[in-house]
Amino acid sequence: MTLADLEIGDSAIIDSFDVELLPMKLIEMGCLPGNEVGLLQLAPYRDPLYLDIAGAHLAIRRETAARIFIRKKSE
Amino acid sequence: MSKNINVALIGNPNTGKSSVFNHLTGLNQKTGNYPGITVEKRQGVCKLPRGVKATVLDLPGTYSLNASSLDENVVIELLLNKNDKDYPDVAVVVSDVENLKRNLLLFTQIKDLNIPTILVINMSDRMRRKGIRIDTERLAQMLHTKVALISARKNEGVQQLKEYIATYKNISTEPCLSIEQIDPEYFGSLSQTFPKQSLYKLWMVITQDVNFARVERKKMEVEGATHIRTTSFLKRLQQKETIKRYQFINSVLKECYIKDLRQATDLRGRLDRVLTHRVWGFVIFFVILLSIFQALYDWSSIPMDFIDVQFAHFSDWAKTNIPSWLAPNLIAEGIIPGLGGIVIFVPQIAMLFLFISILEETGYMSRVVFIMDRLMRRFGLSGKSVIPLISGTACAIPAIMATRNIENWKERLVTILVTPFTTCSARLPVYLILIGLIIPNERILGANAQGLVLMIFYMLGFAMALLAAFVLHKIMPQNNPSYFVVEMPNYRIPLLKNVVLTIVEKTKSFVLEAGKVILAISILLWVLASNGPGKTFQNASAEVAKTVLVSDAEFDQKLSAYKLEHSYLGIVGKGIEPIIRPLGYDWKIGIAIVSSFAAREVFVGTLATIYNVGDAEEETIKNRMAAERFPDGSPVFTLASGLSLMVFYAFAMQCMSTLAIVRKETNSWCWPSVQLVVMTAVAYLGALLTFQYFSA
Repeated sequence: MTLADLEIGDSAIIDSFDVELLPMKLIEMGCLPGNEVGLLQLAPYRDPLYLDIAGAHLAIRRETAARIFIRKKSE
Repeated sequence: MSKNINVALIGNPNTGKSSVFNHLTGLNQKTGNYPGITVEKRQGVCKLPRGVKATVLDLPGTYSLNASSLDENVVIELLLNKNDKDYPDVAVVVSDVENLKRNLLLFTQIKDLNIPTILVINMSDRMRRKGIRIDTERLAQMLHTKVALISARKNEGVQQLKEYIATYKNISTEPCLSIEQIDPEYFGSLSQTFPKQSLYKLWMVITQDVNFARVERKKMEVEGATHIRTTSFLKRLQQKETIKRYQFINSVLKECYIKDLRQATDLRGRLDRVLTHRVWGFVIFFVILLSIFQALYDWSSIPMDFIDVQFAHFSDWAKTNIPSWLAPNLIAEGIIPGLGGIVIFVPQIAMLFLFISILEETGYMSRVVFIMDRLMRRFGLSGKSVIPLISGTACAIPAIMATRNIENWKERLVTILVTPFTTCSARLPVYLILIGLIIPNERILGANAQGLVLMIFYMLGFAMALLAAFVLHKIMPQNNPSYFVVEMPNYRIPLLKNVVLTIVEKTKSFVLEAGKVILAISILLWVLASNGPGKTFQNASAEVAKTVLVSDAEFDQKLSAYKLEHSYLGIVGKGIEPIIRPLGYDWKIGIAIVSSFAAREVFVGTLATIYNVGDAEEETIKNRMAAERFPDGSPVFTLASGLSLMVFYAFAMQCMSTLAIVRKETNSWCWPSVQLVVMTAVAYLGALLTFQYFSA
């Protein structure tokens, strides 16, 4: 499963990604394996995605989101 | 004894860094550019306790020292170059209460460069509402620094910050993270090769291509060839560094930062659900734009009319009261109307910047980026292009500079190329005077008809920008995948001080920069209009006397008109009349268009000069224009010719400063040339079609 599969209101844990395919800025803003991520809003055509990554609020495009693998929160 | 120290303000975007800067320096600030690049450089002077004076440098906002744009690169370049005259004695990292974790990433990086670094936690006024508690003493202890908890909004804690800056020598420069632990093998061999260098600085130099101490860098490239690995290796190490830093930050915050979620109110979530809604988001954005344009028209007409009338009186007064050795005609007919042509736009430009700075300060702009991105991508643009396009309504120059945060080069280039189509404030005077002339001041469905036409022309500018972007998108080759990461800041009530400073600064720069050009051109035009070649001009009185006339007044009027027609300026205008006649213009408008190629805002001033020379009877420029006739007696300014003229100004590339900035940003003469030729051609065709359609 990737971030692109989330629906508004869902949250999950970032599992893994290929560091070369992501902008460094995203990683610096807290997009790191193990951190919690929630989908807050979707723009028209479900793109871009408005995320809450470990407390940081940011928007990324679907193509980038599809490169970030996630897993369900274990509770 | 007074001493001067250098202070660098650094911080993530949206942390209120500018507010802190404004509090420290007040009005003692000046803006300029960094040498060779057009990144805005803001500097100010601040008086500190103990007789210390500080030069404060407000560096561009950045999330880390791993620069990914030109703006961000300025920060790292300065911090790595000890010989730079601005190299800080002390760095002040501005963070905000809610995003402290992310802000600390940058803090730890700067601290590790062995620069004394003070941590400012801004927006302390939000803590209670968000249920946040911070143990600043423990935090200061763990980060080996001073921590100032301040609220720029309420002006709390700024004095404490000044005290910390003045006593910066007491701050430890001990690093937060030892870089070796990221990859002992790699960094071990690196420190063996360069035993005297700070390892973290070396690492920064290797990963960012900065030109600090060029000689040293060359040497390192040769000797250190074995240490320079593939970019993917370096990127992995950067990620590792980021993870290590976050581990450190988490361990610190665990002890001193408590957030009680039950106390937090969810204003942001509620506002976002409306403002970024797929329907309401757009409706609200459109309504906001509409209100802005209505306000621009309705609210500014009173001060503008006032200024218009005052300058007319001033000009009359000058004509009779200035001694003849001071050239009263040049002052009354050239300089005063020229100055009036600048001052009259101050109310509108100030108001436009008022709205733009409010949209930025509240955090709403990022929501616009979010809802518009997908739509803009169809045209080869990015959601981030919306900000340059909207800023372009103020001036294309800062707008083109604002494209820097668009990571993808193609999207950025397309944005740069199409931004001059948006209706900049220099077009506004042209539109205002023409709309006032040809559109009746009526209400249509409760909206001011003149305001509606103005809005249509703003829309036309955007539409043309999008169309041009679409064409460019189709013909230009696709390049690398685009990265798009936009921070969605918290909603905030704008700070009055920031808004006012933005308005004052931008208006001042318009008046001074554009004003110089306008004034110079006004004087040049007056000279060209009052002098002419050969006998036809000198014998004007005799020539006019030949015709049958009723009164002295009529004689004077005919004489002025004759003189203008046979002046140097008249000759130029007449020369291009055949080209512009199909667009519905006479040779006087031709002169205004020619002079506008330096800068559009010259248009009104030029007409003022021309008509003042041609006819001194009327009070204001607008009345003079309405009274203007073709030789056959039909009015020059009709609905068709007025609209045609507006279309011409909407599309034509008539701004030397914009061409210069495009050349700088694209580093080639090719793109500005393309802009000049294509836009002017589009303008001519558009104006031609408009005139033919409306006069048919």
